[in-house]
Formats: sequence, C-alpha cells, structure tokens
Amino acid sequence: MNVPAAWYLVVATLLFGIGAFGLLTRRSALIMFMCLELMLNAVNLTFVTFSRTMSDIAGQASVFFVMVVAAAEVTVGLGIVVAVFRRRSSTSVDDLTELKG
Amino acid sequence: MAQTATLLLLLPLVGYLLVLMMGPVLKEKVIGAIATGVVAVSFILAVITFFMVLHRSNREVTIHLFNWISVGSLHVPAALLVDPLSITMCLFVTGISALIHLYSVGYMHGEKDFRKFFLYLNLFVFSMLVLVLANNLLMTFVGWEGVGVCSYWLVSYYFTRDKAASAGKKAFLYNRVGDFGLLIAMFLLFHHTHTLNYVGIFHVAGTLSPTVATLTVLALLLAATGKSAQIPLFNWLPDAMEGPTPVSALIHAATMVTAGVYLLVRMSPVLTMSPDGRATIAIIGGLTAFVAATIATSQQDIKKVLAFSTVSQIGYMVLAVGVGAYSAAIFLMVAHAFYKALLFLSAGSVIHSLDGEQDLKKMGGLAKYLPITFPALMVGWLAIIGIPPFSGFFAKGDVLTNVFAHNKFLWALGVVTAILTAYYMTRLYVLTFRGTERFREEKDRHDPHESPWVMTLPLVVLSVLAIVGGIIDLPWAHVSSLAGFLNPVFGYVPAVAAASTTEQWVLAAVDVVAALIGLAAAFTIWRDLTVGERFESKFLENVWYWDDAYDATIGRPLTEVAVFSDTIVEPKVIDGAVTGVGVVIRNSAEGLRKIQSGFVRQYALAMVMGFAVIIVYLVARVH
Repeated sequence: MNVPAAWYLVVATLLFGIGAFGLLTRRSALIMFMCLELMLNAVNLTFVTFSRTMSDIAGQASVFFVMVVAAAEVTVGLGIVVAVFRRRSSTSVDDLTELKG
Repeated sequence: MAQTATLLLLLPLVGYLLVLMMGPVLKEKVIGAIATGVVAVSFILAVITFFMVLHRSNREVTIHLFNWISVGSLHVPAALLVDPLSITMCLFVTGISALIHLYSVGYMHGEKDFRKFFLYLNLFVFSMLVLVLANNLLMTFVGWEGVGVCSYWLVSYYFTRDKAASAGKKAFLYNRVGDFGLLIAMFLLFHHTHTLNYVGIFHVAGTLSPTVATLTVLALLLAATGKSAQIPLFNWLPDAMEGPTPVSALIHAATMVTAGVYLLVRMSPVLTMSPDGRATIAIIGGLTAFVAATIATSQQDIKKVLAFSTVSQIGYMVLAVGVGAYSAAIFLMVAHAFYKALLFLSAGSVIHSLDGEQDLKKMGGLAKYLPITFPALMVGWLAIIGIPPFSGFFAKGDVLTNVFAHNKFLWALGVVTAILTAYYMTRLYVLTFRGTERFREEKDRHDPHESPWVMTLPLVVLSVLAIVGGIIDLPWAHVSSLAGFLNPVFGYVPAVAAASTTEQWVLAAVDVVAALIGLAAAFTIWRDLTVGERFESKFLENVWYWDDAYDATIGRPLTEVAVFSDTIVEPKVIDGAVTGVGVVIRNSAEGLRKIQSGFVRQYALAMVMGFAVIIVYLVARVH
C-alpha cells in the first residue's frame, strides 16, 4: 500500500496541533509532558516522511537523536514532577510561580 | 690618569654607601670624618688629575667606563670627558665641597638627622661630578637630575616645617620646567647630529642650520634658567634658603646653581652658531643681574640678601656667556664660588652665634663678639663688590670688559648692577656688624659666641682664596692664566682682545668707582636705621611681585581648572557617564522583569506565537 507523503504530513500537523493546544490549555505538569511528547513525535514523523521521499537517511538518524534526548528529558522532567508533587500534593504549573521576576 | 679621574668621581659615592650602610652604628664624629674625608681625597685626586692634564699636549681625554645604552642608532657610553673645562669645575667643586663638609660637622652638630644630611651631601657631590665629567649630554642629564633631587631633599631637610617642605617642592617644580628645556635640546641635537657625545656634537656643530642652532640654544637657555635661577625661573632660589646654611653655601651658591652656566659654556660650539641665541642669553643674564640686585637691597633676611646676590652674580656669568666670553664666565664662577661660599658660611656662623636669628634688623654690633667670622665676612663683602685686589674685582672686571667690547648698553646695566651690589652688600655688613646691639632687644639672649674650629677653619681658607683668587686669571698674564688654559676648549677668540690696555685700565677704574659709590651710599644711608628703612620698598622686598604674578597668571587659573574638574567634570561628566550606564540598565531591567511572570503556559504561548511569526515570515519570503 503506497500512502502519499502528504497524508503523513497531515497526521503530523494534527498531532503537533493537538500537542500544542494541550500544552497551552492544561495545567497539570504530567499532561503537559504528554503533550510535549506528542509534539516531538509529530516532528519525528515529518522527519521520517521526508527521509523516505528524499531517500536521505540523515532524517531517520535525526529521529534517533530526538528520541534519545526526549527519553533523557522525560527522566529528568518526571523526576522533577514527582519531587514537586511530594512537596505540595499538586502538579498544577500555575502554582509554581516562586521564580517570577 | 683614567684611574685617578674615575676614583675622584666614585669616592663621594663610596662615602655615601658607607654612611648609608654603616651609618646607624657609627658615631656622629665618624660619619662626619668619612663624609668629609672622601670628598677631601677626591679633591686631592682632582689636583693630581689637573696636573696630569696640564702636562699633556692633547688636553682632551675620554675615559670609557662601560656601554650604557645601545639602541638603534643611539649609543650612549658611560664615559668621562676630562678636559681643561671639566677639571677646572672638578677642582673647585670638590675643594669647596670638602671645606663645607668640614664646616657642616660643626654646624649640624647635635641635629637629629645628622647622618641623613651627610648622606645627601655626599650624593650631591657625586651627582655634581657626574654632571661635570660626563662626556655626553645624557649622562650630564643624570647628574643634572641627581643634583636637583639632592637639592630638593636638602632644602626640605627640616621637612616638619611647612615652609621648608613647600620650598623644596617649589625648587623641584621650577627645575622641572628647566629640565624640559634640556630634554628638548637633547632631542634636537640627536635628531640633527645623531649623537649625544660632546666631542661628536662639536665636530658637526658647524653644519647646524641657524634655525636649529637657535632653537637648541634657546632650549639650553631654558634649562640654564631653571638650574641657575635666572629670569623667568629665578624665584625658587630665595625660597631654597629654608635649607641648612651649609647647603645654601654649597648647592645654592657655589656649585649646583652654576651648573646651568657650565652647560652653556660646555655647549659653546653650538652657541657660536647662533648669534640670536647668544644675544638672548646676554639679555637674560643682564636683566637677571640687575633685577636680582634691586631686590637684594630690600630683603630683611640675611640669607635672602645673599640668595638674590647669587642670582645677580650668576646673571653676570650668563651675561658673559652671552657675549662669548666663556672663560670670563668660568673665572667669575670660580671666584664667586670662593667668596659666596665664604659669605654664606660667615652668615651661617653669624646665625649660629645668635641661635638661629636671620633677621638683619635684629643683629648689629656683632664685630667684637665674632673675631674670626667678622674679618671673614668682611673679605667676602669686599670681594663681591669688586674692591682690588680681591678676586671679585678681577673676575667681575673680566666679565664687564668683555661685555663692554660687545654691547655698551648691557655694560651700562652691568655697572649699575655693580653699584647696587656694593650698596646691598654694604647694607648687610653694616646691619650685621656695626651699630647698636639690637639682638639684645630679644628676651633671654646671651652673648653671641664664636663658632668651633671646624666652622672657622673653612672660613679662613675661603677668605684666603677670596682674597688671592684673582691670580688665576690676571688680565696681563693671558697665556699662563685660566683663560689660556680654557680657551682651546672653546675654539674661540675671546672678545677681550678687542679692548686696548688703556681701555682696560679705564674700565677697571669705572668698576672701582661704581663699587665705591654703592659703598659710600650704603654707609651714609644705613648709619641710621630709620633713614635706611625709607630706602626700602615693599615692591622690592616682595620680589617685584613676581611670585604673585605667577600666582595670578598660572597658579590661580590652574586652581580654577582643578576646582572646575573637581566640582563639575568629575562628579557630573565622569561619574554621570558611569552611573548613567548603571541607571539605564537598572531601569530597563525593572521593566523587563515583569515579563518573567512565573506562568509556564504563558512562556509556552510566547514560544508558539514567536514560532508562528517565524513561519509566517519564512512562508511570505518564499512567495
């Protein structure tokens, strides 16, 4: 089955939009994380799509890097989220304003 | 000869180092003996070197010590030039220094900083010998600065007194102005002759263009006016009398202040190239001689009278240099060193006997209390006013005869100055030794006492020299005289040859008459103190308001500028710029920190919006 590249890109755009919308509207740090992952993977999808259409392996290589960095980021981020939750029994990012100017 | 000349130069330095390093454990007497001893040996070596020079056919010996500076085309060795001029200078510098060192042992007895005094004095003699013996301008400059700094230290010797401290500063600053002239002269000469060695410069001096020669001579003149206290830089010398009296005698009368004249005489081949420059020198010298003599007539302090008299006498020397009578200038310099050192030391002895009293109006009638100082000061007095056969008569006569052959107006000015000289010196003599014993008006004043032998011995020796000093250059013994000895150095025919024997006799008679007029006037006027005081003027006592003029034209405007800088430039402009930068950054930070709201989603929105703007921009650019 040969799906046109445009379809993949549409899916990627939809995923990115959902992620961005969630990131902007939700307060829970955990949900925002998930939205962030959604956006990252949307970008990964475009990378892979273009890698295939242009027959350039560099795009797929980039995806690996993004996945590795995302994994590391999630590890650290979740650690912070857990630490914050232990302190204040809430993960609402709107309450975390101690560092405001 | 190389060894004796080098040793004669280094001995005072050795004395300085000895006293410097072993001084704290030595007794006053030992310090005095070391300091005086090295200078005395130095003098003996100078005499030996003199006879060595005398018996040579080539009387111009360069002694190379070591290479000092070698950069590009500039090669300056540390080397000595021993020739008739420098050895003449060495002789009287070391001789008089030795006598004054001996005198100082008595004068400074019991002073807290006895060691410090002799340290500086030895260092001074060393610097002066460097100045005189150097074979290049740069080394002379080192000596020039050395004597300057020693003078500064010794003027401010009693530095706890405000007046002494500021007098030292004044001397230093006036000399700085003169040093600027010497530096400019060196730059000019090096630029045009590519050497700083005297002999090298002399060989090519004839090729200098008149403009360059005149500029160089004027720069040298500026240097000389600073060091030798001539118009317009003479004001520092009277203030320098704040130093101990032996210092006034050695540095500010006999040796250092004549360094400017020495420099001009040394550079005579360059001076010869510039008639305009020499005319300026002659005018400056003549004017200084006259102005300083008028000021000396109204001074109250015995040392200030002598200080202005020194300025006036050096004016004569500069005048002689200006008319090309170099040997006459040196002759007067040597004779002046004898009688002015004698006068200062006698004055010091007088001051010593009155426990530090320097006001002429509080002396009087001292003749019977000071059996040695009295005749000594009398000899100095007769010598300086030019009564034959004292040395001053021959020396001043030599100068005036040369000036007469050159310029009648300057000669007339010189004769008027001679009358004034006789007047103020006689006034000093009368106020000190004649009349009533005014010092008794002070409370608790015991009888004046004669000074110890270490102080009176130099007085006796200098008295003899001041009397017979004239024999070194009698007008009728031209070949075997000082002039005959010195003239090969100048390569110049002295102007005195133009004056016939009859003329010389007439001029000598005029000099004597001038001296007698001044002497008689002073005796008549100062018989009665109240009459005499009518002949004093505030204008002259305040040095023609010369200091005030400098204060008004230079001092106060500069103070205004300084105050302006302090109150406007510094706080408003400089501080304003610095704090201005800080204020701008702080204010912008105050505004910008509001953006840091602490709401993560707001940041995210900003990023998304920014990203959207970039996308729109990129898309718009593509199309």
